[in-house]
Amino acid sequence: MTTHAPQATQSVTLPASLDEAVAALGAMPAAVPVAGGTDLMSAVNKGLLRPSGLVGLGRISELRGWHYQDGHALLGAGLTHARMGRPDFAALIPALAASARAAGPPQIRNAGTLGGNIATAAPTGDALPVLAALEAELVIAGPGGARREIPVSHLLAGRDMLEPAELIGFVRVPLLHAPQVFLKATGRTGPGRATASVAIVLDPARRGVRCAVGAIAPMPLRPLEAERWIASLIDWDGERGLAPDALAAFGEYVAAACIPDQPPSDGGEAVPLPPAVLHLRRTVAALARRALGRALS
Amino acid sequence: MSNDAATAANATSTRITTQTGTDPTAEGPDTEPPALGLGISLPPADARAKTEGTFPYAADLWAEGLLWAAVLRSPHPHARILSIDTSAAVEMTGVQAVITHEDIPGETTYGRRVVDRPVFASDLVRHHGEPIAAVAADHPDTARLAAAAIAVEYEVLEPVTDPEKAFAAEPLHPDGNLIRHIPLQYGDPEATGEVVVEGLYRIGRQDPAPIGAEAGLAVPRPDGGVEIYTASTDPHTDRDLAAACFGLEPDRVKVVVTGVPGATGDREEPGFQLPLGLLALRTGCPVKLAATREESFLGHSHRHPTLLRYRHHADAEGRLVKVEAQILLDAGAYADSSSESLAAAVAFACGPYVVPHAFIEGWAVRTNNPPSGHVRGEGAMQVCAAYEGQMDKLAAKLGIDPAELRLRNALSTGDILPTGQTVTCPAPVAELLESVREFPLPALPKDSPEDDWLLPGGPEGAGEPGAVRRGVGYALGMVHMLGAEGADEVSTATVRVHDGIATVICAAVETGQGFSTLARQVVQETLGIEEVHVASVDTDQPPAGPATHGRHTWVSAGAVERAAKMVRTQLLQPLAHKFGMSTELLQIADGKITSYDGVLSTTVTEAMDGKELWATAQCRPHPTEPLDESGQGDAFVGLAFCAIRAVVDVDIELGSVRVVEMAIAQDVGRVLNPSQLATRIEAGITQGIGAALTENLRSARGLIRHPDLTGYALPTALDAPEIRIVKLVEERDVVAPFGAKPASAVPVVTSPAAVAAAVRSATGRPINRLPIRPQAAVAASNS
Repeated sequence: MTTHAPQATQSVTLPASLDEAVAALGAMPAAVPVAGGTDLMSAVNKGLLRPSGLVGLGRISELRGWHYQDGHALLGAGLTHARMGRPDFAALIPALAASARAAGPPQIRNAGTLGGNIATAAPTGDALPVLAALEAELVIAGPGGARREIPVSHLLAGRDMLEPAELIGFVRVPLLHAPQVFLKATGRTGPGRATASVAIVLDPARRGVRCAVGAIAPMPLRPLEAERWIASLIDWDGERGLAPDALAAFGEYVAAACIPDQPPSDGGEAVPLPPAVLHLRRTVAALARRALGRALS
Repeated sequence: MSNDAATAANATSTRITTQTGTDPTAEGPDTEPPALGLGISLPPADARAKTEGTFPYAADLWAEGLLWAAVLRSPHPHARILSIDTSAAVEMTGVQAVITHEDIPGETTYGRRVVDRPVFASDLVRHHGEPIAAVAADHPDTARLAAAAIAVEYEVLEPVTDPEKAFAAEPLHPDGNLIRHIPLQYGDPEATGEVVVEGLYRIGRQDPAPIGAEAGLAVPRPDGGVEIYTASTDPHTDRDLAAACFGLEPDRVKVVVTGVPGATGDREEPGFQLPLGLLALRTGCPVKLAATREESFLGHSHRHPTLLRYRHHADAEGRLVKVEAQILLDAGAYADSSSESLAAAVAFACGPYVVPHAFIEGWAVRTNNPPSGHVRGEGAMQVCAAYEGQMDKLAAKLGIDPAELRLRNALSTGDILPTGQTVTCPAPVAELLESVREFPLPALPKDSPEDDWLLPGGPEGAGEPGAVRRGVGYALGMVHMLGAEGADEVSTATVRVHDGIATVICAAVETGQGFSTLARQVVQETLGIEEVHVASVDTDQPPAGPATHGRHTWVSAGAVERAAKMVRTQLLQPLAHKFGMSTELLQIADGKITSYDGVLSTTVTEAMDGKELWATAQCRPHPTEPLDESGQGDAFVGLAFCAIRAVVDVDIELGSVRVVEMAIAQDVGRVLNPSQLATRIEAGITQGIGAALTENLRSARGLIRHPDLTGYALPTALDAPEIRIVKLVEERDVVAPFGAKPASAVPVVTSPAAVAAAVRSATGRPINRLPIRPQAAVAASNS
C-alpha cells in the first residue's frame, strides 16, 4: 500500500559512470537526476513533483571521492555531507567540512550531497557561502564526454544554467593551506536551517580575505569592499591578528554591505529597517566578526 | 505516545526522589518494589510493537476495495462562496463521489459546546483550510486532482485577524464575534498597593503537532450505518456529532479507536471524520483518508493565541494586594472549547498565589485566524507566562529575590481562589518551590571540558563562550483537573475475569497518558491477577468521556478499580461464607486466596471454579458549578501544582537560547507508576520548551505560513535539556481515586514561564512574548 504513484510508471536508471548518466538523461529528457534525494524526494512525497523517470547517481563511484589537480581539489558532486565532515577532508577544506557538519540531522548528512546542495540552490544551502568564498568552479559534464567549467556563483545567480542532459560532475576548489571558518546562526539548538551564515577564507598567497554571507538572500553575498579593506589591515607576514575594534568594524562593514539601509523615499528621511531585519543585520555582524576572529587567532 | 517515546530515552538519566526519600528507580535487595499493582514501573503492553514499528495505526489500515478521500480546503481566510462547480471533478475517471454542503443528509453544522461549525462551508468561508468539498476516488492522487478540479468562485473578503478588532468588526457568524466574556470580580475594586507593576504579554499559536499525522478509514455497514476507524480521543462525542450529521441514530454509527500516534490536543476532529463517513455512506465502499502534514496543520485546532494586560499591586514587603488583568483569547472562527479555555485562563489568572482582590476580565472572540481548541494546559499556560512575568517585574522593582517573593505569596490548602472557590485539595506550593530552589545548580560550562560544551545554537553552531550568559528563573503553575463548570465527568468500566486472565473494557482512549498501563496495574492491585488485558475502544462500549484534563487517570481508573472490587467481592463471597468471615479479611496474592491469619487458603483457580465473573462500575466525581456573571463559583473538581527552576544559556549577541536544565517539583498526590510519571513530566516540559522557544504556527492575514515541520520547529533531542525531577510530593488527594493527581498538563503550563524567567535573568530584557524571538533575547554586552 502506498499513497504515491505506482512505481511501474517510472523508469529508474542506475548508471555506473558520469558519461553513462549524461547519456541516460539525453535518452530520456523528462527524467530527473537524483543523488541523495533529500530535497527531491520530499517534493515527490508532497506531490509537488512527479518525475516520469529517475537517473540515480548513487552508483557513480568517481563522483563520491576527490582528487587533486594543480593545487586544487576536484570534489566529486556525489560527496555526502557526512563524508565531507570527516577529519581528513576537514584538513583540506576546513570551512566546507564545517558547513557539512552543520547541515541538518545525521540522516540528511548521510544522504545529501555537495552536488545536490548546489543544484537545489536553496538560499539556506550551507555549502553555498563556503563555495562562494572559495570561488569554486563547477565542472559540468555534457553529452559526448564534453566538459565545461563555470564559476559556482554564475550558476547560483542564474547567469549560466545547466543545459538539458548536463550534470554537475565536480567542484574545483583551491587548496589554500590557511584557516577557514564557517559559522551559522539557527533558531534552535537542534538541527535547523540557517537564519544567516558566514564563511571566511584566508588566502595568504594572494594576501586576500574572502567572505560570503549565506541564507539572507537568494544566493550567497560577497562584501568585496569589506574584504579588501580588512585584507589591507592584516600583517600577512607577521602575527596576522587584528584588534577587537578592527574585527568589530569588519563585522559592521559586512553587515551593512549585505543588508543596506533603505534609501530615503523621495528625498525624505531614511526609512528605518524593521526590527527583524535589524536583528538579522546584527546577527551577520556578529557572525562575521566571530568568524574572522577565529580565522586569525 | 511517539513524542513521549523520544523523551523516555532520557528517563534513565532522570533522578526521581519521592517525598519519602526512597528512589523508586533503584533496585536493591532492601528496596525491592512490589511485583504487581500500583507503585511499580510496569511497562506499556504495546511498548515493544511501537518500538519495532509493527504497531498498527489508522494510517496502516486497509479494506478490500477501499476508496481514497481528499478534502478541498479554502485557500482564503474569509470569503463568500458564489458558486461551487463539481462537474469537472465528477467526470474524472476513477472518481466515485464528490460531496459538498448540499449532500449532507442530517445536520449541516456541528460543535461540541456550540453548534456553529459547518461540515462543509456553504456560503461563507471563515478560516484558511476550512473544508468545502470532499472526493472519493480509486487512487489518492486521483482524489487530490479531482478535489483540485472543483471550481469554487469566491468573493474574497477582508479577514478579521486582530482579535482586538473583532469586537467592532462585522459579525463573522450569526452568533456574533464574542464567544464568551467573564468579568471576574473578587474583593474591593478600590484596594491599592504601595507598588504597582504593569505588563503586556503575547502568547503565540502552539500546535499539538502530533507525530503521527491524522488518518482514518470509514466502512459502511450492511444495516445502513457506518463504522469509522480513527484515533479519536473522544469517541462517543464524535459518534454523536457524526450520527446527527449523517441523519442516523447514534447506534448506527460506530467509532472504533485505533492506536493514537501522539495526542496533546484534539486530533482527527469531527471535521476530519465527517467527510470520511459521508463518503463511505454515499459510495457504499470503505473510504480512507490520510492527511498530509500540511492538511494536518490546517485542519486541527491550535492553542489560543492570547493577549494579556496585567497590573499587579503589592505592599512594600512584596505581598500581593490586587491583580487586575484583561485576557483576550483568539478563538478563531468557531467556538469549540474556547469557553472552557477562557474559564481556566480567568480563574488561574493570578496563579497559585494568595490574592485578596482580583479583577480579571476575559474574552474569547471570533476571528478569521486558524481555529483554536483543546491543547493540554489551555488557558492556564498563557496566563502562567503572564503572571510569572509580573512576579519577576515586582521582584525587580522591590529588590526582592524572585523566588523569595513567590514564597511570600504562595497559595496553600484552605486559601481562596479569585473565583471564590476554597482550595480543599493538597496545595504544597511553597514546598515545591523550596525544593527546586535548594536543588544544586548545574555546573557552568567553564567548569567542564571544552568538548562537552553545548552552546546556544548547538554543535557546529556559532555560539561564542564570551557572549554566553547564564540565567536562572522560577515559575509556579497550576491547572484544573477534569472538566469544569458543571461538566458531567462520569466514566464507566467493565472488568471480566475468566481462566486466570482479567480483561478491562473501558472506552477511555490511551493517548500516551498511560491509561491502559494504569488500568492493568489497578486490576493487578485489586485482584492479584498478573495477566490483565485492556480491550480496544469503540463506541459500543459505555462512554468514558474525552481523554483530556487527566480525566482517565482519575475517573476511568477509578471506575476500573470499582469494577475490579465488585469482581473481587463476587469471587470471595462464597469463600468468606464458607470460612465464616467477611471478604475484607481475605487477601489475594500470587494466585492464592489467604485469610488474614494465614490459616485458611485456596487457589484463585479453585475459587473461580471455571466461572466467568463480570462487573461494571461507574466513577463520578463531585459536581461542579459554572462561573457566574462575576466569575464566581466552585468550578473545578481538583487542582494540580508544580514549581520549575529553569537554567538557560543565552548568546546575548545572537539572541539564541539553550535550555540547560529544568528542575521540577510536582504535586502528584501519589506515584502510581514511577517511570510512566517521569515520562509524562519530561514530555510535558519538552512541549513547554517548544512553546517557549520555537513553536509558533505563524499566520499572515489569516493564512497559515509554513504548515510543515521545517517551518514549525518541534524540540529535538538537542533542544531538550536535562530534566531533573527534584521532588514528587505525595500528599494524597482524598477525593481522587488512589489519591493521585493527573500529571501531564501542569509541566506544560509552567515550563514556558520558567524559561522566560531564566532568559529575563540572563539578558535583563523584559521577555513578554512567547515564543521568545532571538531579537528579544539580545542584550548589551558587558565586555
